[in-house]
Amino acid sequence: MIKSRKLMLATAAALALSATGAAAERGADGQLNILYWQAVSVLNPFLSGGTKDVEGSSLVLEPLARYDETGTMVPWLVEDIPTVENGGVSEDLTTITWKIKDGIKWSDGTPFTAEDVAFTAAYCMDESGGCQQAANFSDVASVEAVDPLTVKVTFAVPKPFPYGPFVGAQSPVLQKAQFQDCMGAAAPTCTEANFHPIGTGPFVVQDFKANDVVVFAANPEFRDPEKPAFSTVVFKGGGDAASAARSVLETGEFDYAWNLQVEPEILSQMEAAGRGELVSAFGTSVERFEVNMTDPDPALGDKRSTVEGGPHPFLTDPAVTKALSLAIDREILVEAGYGAAGQVTCNLVPAPEAYASTANDWCKTQDIEAANKLLDDAGWVAGSDGIREKDGVRLSMLYQTSTNSVRQGTQALIKQMWSEIGVETELRNVDASVFFGGDPASPDTFQKLYADVEMFTNNFDGTDPQSYLASWRCSEIPSPKNNWLGGNNPRYCSEEYDALFEELSKTAGIEQRAVIAKQLNDMLVEAGAIIPLIHRGGVSAHANSLGGVVMNEWDSELWNIADWHRVE
Amino acid sequence: MTDAAANSPVTAMPPKQRSMWGDVWRSYRRHPGAMAGTAVFLLILLAVVFGPYIHTVDPGKLDIRAKNITMSLDHPMGTDNLGRDMLAQVLAGGRTSLAVGITAMLLSMLVGAAVGILAGYFRRIDGALMRVTDLFLALPLLPLLLVITMLFRDTLRAAIGPESGIFVLIVFIIGITSWMNTARIVRGEVLTLKEREFVLAARSIGTRNHRILTRHILPNVLSPIMVSATLGIANAIITESALSFLGLGFPSDFPTWGRLLFDGANFMTLTPSRVIWPGLAISLTVLSVNFMGDGLRDALDPRIRGR
Repeated sequence: MIKSRKLMLATAAALALSATGAAAERGADGQLNILYWQAVSVLNPFLSGGTKDVEGSSLVLEPLARYDETGTMVPWLVEDIPTVENGGVSEDLTTITWKIKDGIKWSDGTPFTAEDVAFTAAYCMDESGGCQQAANFSDVASVEAVDPLTVKVTFAVPKPFPYGPFVGAQSPVLQKAQFQDCMGAAAPTCTEANFHPIGTGPFVVQDFKANDVVVFAANPEFRDPEKPAFSTVVFKGGGDAASAARSVLETGEFDYAWNLQVEPEILSQMEAAGRGELVSAFGTSVERFEVNMTDPDPALGDKRSTVEGGPHPFLTDPAVTKALSLAIDREILVEAGYGAAGQVTCNLVPAPEAYASTANDWCKTQDIEAANKLLDDAGWVAGSDGIREKDGVRLSMLYQTSTNSVRQGTQALIKQMWSEIGVETELRNVDASVFFGGDPASPDTFQKLYADVEMFTNNFDGTDPQSYLASWRCSEIPSPKNNWLGGNNPRYCSEEYDALFEELSKTAGIEQRAVIAKQLNDMLVEAGAIIPLIHRGGVSAHANSLGGVVMNEWDSELWNIADWHRVE
Repeated sequence: MTDAAANSPVTAMPPKQRSMWGDVWRSYRRHPGAMAGTAVFLLILLAVVFGPYIHTVDPGKLDIRAKNITMSLDHPMGTDNLGRDMLAQVLAGGRTSLAVGITAMLLSMLVGAAVGILAGYFRRIDGALMRVTDLFLALPLLPLLLVITMLFRDTLRAAIGPESGIFVLIVFIIGITSWMNTARIVRGEVLTLKEREFVLAARSIGTRNHRILTRHILPNVLSPIMVSATLGIANAIITESALSFLGLGFPSDFPTWGRLLFDGANFMTLTPSRVIWPGLAISLTVLSVNFMGDGLRDALDPRIRGR
């Protein structure tokens, strides 16, 4: 309720702005300071899966259409959203045709054309490029520029949800002239382009220090001559969630801080200082366990946590993972760490409503007795030290997550809950910039998963979970062969899942798609590859002097930064 | 002293040595700072060793219903945001922090004294050893830590378990990055000592090097070694706190003073007791150990002792 009221207030503020904004002038409001406590490491979202990089680059790079705060698609660089009704999507669901708005220019003054859009698809679909957003381009057969302002995407199969490519912050358009020499294996080596992409967005990159700070300046070629209201944006990274919240709510050094995963009692105390305001919205973010299905034993050397290294000694037993899930009291986790910004969930896909399964609701209430019984029946008996074992294998796990006091609190709580069912847990926390950094040389990244279970949050943009569910196919398993890229961190591999996913990608009709998506969700949860914990709302804070913020969990939080402005 | 030692150590040494240590003790007793420091340090030591037998609350026990309590009878130092008892955590944390401090100090003294004495006494290896010392002085601590943690964490964890693995790792890291100053001071002392008459006399009657080192040199450089040892404890406790503060130290559910301080920092305004107590414990320990070192230096220096 409070949330929706805030949303309404924010919307009202945005409306008020657009009324007064007519008199405004580009750059009149000076500098905007944004703090993302995970620093941006690259400004090309195709080379990074990190939210911080995707959102950082969303000031510059824009998609053809994006999602608004309600999850509804809005045309951005195009005339309208193509549908079957308006003829933009073909009757057989295999093509979608986008009509680009006339007069849009890149920040270097050259016109934005369909060629650029077609190029972006080729760039991401290049097999050797390691494109992190390739899932958005699944089943795309070809993307062609029909004329300078028309792009036609053809799919190999009927695509009931053809809005994967070029919709949302994860699939923006790159400039062909800048990136044409950066295809395939050369993609990561084009530092200049990856650090200073030319875009159509309200800002251009002025200066970029990787993993530290980005300075943006207003884009002189931006399509709306009165926007953006700010002449420069300092996009600072680093620190932690609590200090980020403090810098907006208490000290006022920054105007906006993102992802404030801080204990609720601290946040509400900070907000009482009266300098800023918390905004939150629920999207599809789920704090979950990703359970390693392969053996992380360090003795395996290079084969550690890979399919070649063999299956996990005990986590491949569904009885164990189900017992682990049953032993967790999610209500307590929400109360201790999330407050109003969290809800208990048993699903990987918690929203939209139509896609949320109810088959796993057994996990909503803690049941230690049932968990113990499951393990007893599966032959795991308590040893002399109270830790269950079977055939010499002890239920002893390494549990890793990023460094964040809420996560460490959750770790401590879960460790105690698991000890009640005879499972021993060792805790490890890794600095967030390393954990999510994706550096193939580091042993501590979440992709490498050199641990038994790991906990973090992920989500999908937009309302269709297809490209998200694509992550848990066999082909998406991170391994040394693909430089540890790929979203299938649990190394879950099931032909059945892959086949069902194929079916989803061919199915039209929202209802049927929802049924299949739920089945896929249930397969992952039942196999124990994913243990969902909490449906998280995004929480950010903005200074009282910053207007126009509309919190959006379906796209980049900075989606409407062109409308942000100073208020008295 | 040298005559007696050279002629018949068994009969002549005991009364002389007792009187020297007696002098030291008397001088130490007269140093008020040192005595206060000793009292506080012993108190802290006794508290962390025997405290958990009196306050028998499990430091890891979570009780979410009793979270963020300020001081009360059940929880004399309050609780944290997950309902863990702060007093129990401070006591348990003190055991780790002091154990790390003392062991790391011993390691660093051992290495520092050995390098210093050898470099000062044997001219041939002096250059090499001092260049190694320079090398270690030039090493940046934090990047080194990251690399060592990355390389050896899993091996040690597999060999001796997660907590003792990290303990060994941290003690080792602190030990090998803090011996250099001791080595330099000791080397300087040895360089002057080895030209003194009693050493020359010992050598002239054919005493072997290792006898000269253990009999004549070592007792005379004990003063700088002892002083840097006390300072070393303080340094090690602070380094461990810094490591925990950075999240590089022990696992998050394993309390140490540094980690308690780190975790409590966010809650400073809500439950100040979370930072006051561990902070006070670190400060008091470091301060008391420094005072002890101060007193020990005065007591061990014969020129000051006489006054």
